[in-house]
Amino acid sequence: MDDLPIKVSDDIVRVRQQVRAAAAACGLSLVDQTKVITAASEIARNALVHGGGGSARIEPATSPAGRAGVRITFSDSGPGIPDVGLALTDGWSSGNGLGLGLSGARRLVDQFELETQPGAGTSVVVAKWSR
Amino acid sequence: MERVPILRIGKTLLVTIQIDLQDDIVMQLQEDLAEQIVATSATGVIIDITAVEIVDSFIGRMLSAVGSMSRLFDAETVIVGMRPAVAITLVELGLSLPGVRTAINAEKGLRLLNGRT
Repeated sequence: MDDLPIKVSDDIVRVRQQVRAAAAACGLSLVDQTKVITAASEIARNALVHGGGGSARIEPATSPAGRAGVRITFSDSGPGIPDVGLALTDGWSSGNGLGLGLSGARRLVDQFELETQPGAGTSVVVAKWSR
Repeated sequence: MERVPILRIGKTLLVTIQIDLQDDIVMQLQEDLAEQIVATSATGVIIDITAVEIVDSFIGRMLSAVGSMSRLFDAETVIVGMRPAVAITLVELGLSLPGVRTAINAEKGLRLLNGRT
């Protein structure tokens, strides 16, 4: 699947819709679908608000244990996250949110990898596996 | 831009969200509700999220803000119709929607508001 742009707030809705379609297609339960869509929404907004926009790649994937699932790779070329530990702390926010974006999203998925470098953007890979 | 319609039934404002909530629409709804509460002297607001498939921290923050704001105008906000999957996700996300009351459906929400007067 092509990379979905995250340039305007409309794009967050599009990311949610595509993640929903992919999560349903790989057999995730309704609760797990909701969790991964919510996580994707948080991370997409992060990429837009803090990363100055970016993209999302949504694809079917298989867990190491052989379970089907969905993987989403977000990337932006924004300023990066100076203190990842802090950014993943509940309640910490650099914007005007509740500070639950990244830390909350991490709890909602089965796999969460964040790579960031000051000045070189941020990439976040999340995955949710069927049970 | 789409707008979420606000219906008035007596002293209650009823908002039924039936579209995929875009950030701008969420902000607009918050402003519209503030204006309508003042314009109509409403004492209650019911926000029906039966059709809402996800509530992320942005939407959750709006719901809480509407609750806190309506209280400044002596009105109470009740969120009704939350899907079980949304509730489970909200808890795991760490959102507890401070400032708003909840009810299973619009009928119970109305009863909650009417019991207040």
